[in-house]
Amino acid sequence: MPHIEFPIGLQGIRGPLSFRPETAKPLNELADVLLHAPNSLTAGERELIATYVSHLNDCYFCQTVHGAIAAVHLNGDEDLVKHVKADFAHADISSKLKALLVIAGKVQRGGKNVTEDDVATARSEGATDIEIHDTVLIAAAFCMFNRYVDGLATWQPQDEDLYRERAKKTARDGYALTSRDYIPQPKEA
Amino acid sequence: MTLPHIQLPPELPGISAAMAFRKETAKPLRELAHVLLHESNSLTSGERELIATYVSFLNGCQFCQASHGAAAACHLGSSEIVRQVKASPGTAPISPKLKSLLVIAAQVQRGGKNVTAEDVATARTVGATDLEIHDTVLIAAAFCMYNRYVDGLATIQPEADEAYTEMGRHLAQHGYIQSSQNQR
Repeated sequence: MPHIEFPIGLQGIRGPLSFRPETAKPLNELADVLLHAPNSLTAGERELIATYVSHLNDCYFCQTVHGAIAAVHLNGDEDLVKHVKADFAHADISSKLKALLVIAGKVQRGGKNVTEDDVATARSEGATDIEIHDTVLIAAAFCMFNRYVDGLATWQPQDEDLYRERAKKTARDGYALTSRDYIPQPKEA
Repeated sequence: MTLPHIQLPPELPGISAAMAFRKETAKPLRELAHVLLHESNSLTSGERELIATYVSFLNGCQFCQASHGAAAACHLGSSEIVRQVKASPGTAPISPKLKSLLVIAAQVQRGGKNVTAEDVATARTVGATDLEIHDTVLIAAAFCMYNRYVDGLATIQPEADEAYTEMGRHLAQHGYIQSSQNQR
């Protein structure tokens, strides 16, 4: 049972987002800028960072839905997503993304763990300041989203097909637009 | 003095520098803080700033605990309460409801799954509403983000709490939509 009462049938973060549209708006906008808007990191790479951090935080809903969205962006390669979660250092991803995942893992344990060496390594693999910034903020943001989803004991059905289905739409339309399906919309003036 | 990990505007402290660096993410980050801490709510701004301060203290983030502590002190008219809440929330001169919400906030700080049905039931028996419980969880979760953002980029953070008094006053009066740094 969730800790507070949400509309029936809404999974994971959709329960609390629907419960509080005032906070849902900036939360969905933040997810769109970080994961969906054009960026020198692909949406697939950014969703992998989100998935990896959610895996470290042991949030079933977030790692499954963002893992499914990452797979959509990566031509359906679910094995790659699994490999990144289990052992990204040996996964078939760029050296730059590996260096950014090291930084993301440090942020997950606490911001002060990120060292100058971590950042220098990422730079030597071609990471820009914006990419390093966005990696830190994606990792930090998922330390929020994961706690929000688990801290309210939201409903997280363990059926991966549900997440695959949803992922197609979110990968295509982004987070704010998709949220119109489940968040009460203010009437147009 | 160590430098930030990326090239941030050197004249700005803490999160202000990161927000100036990336305005696209600053906008929702500011709006979220504004709704959670400043807009009208059955929890006072002072109470909500205390939750933010306490979580930032648990995460060891100097900039966030000092700036939100200063905002809380401004709302509450006392920096002593802020000090007591950080040192020992269970014995600080605050309501039983806020004490129970701080217990929930601390559980969220360690990880969302730590919040128990009992923690929530206790908060309800001392008068917390669903919205207040929701907002407490989200404030605590959001500061696990803001704290990591500020420290993960190694932003410049003045050590003396006094350096944050003016910032706290600005936050308490105007909220979070505009930067506290370009009003002077």
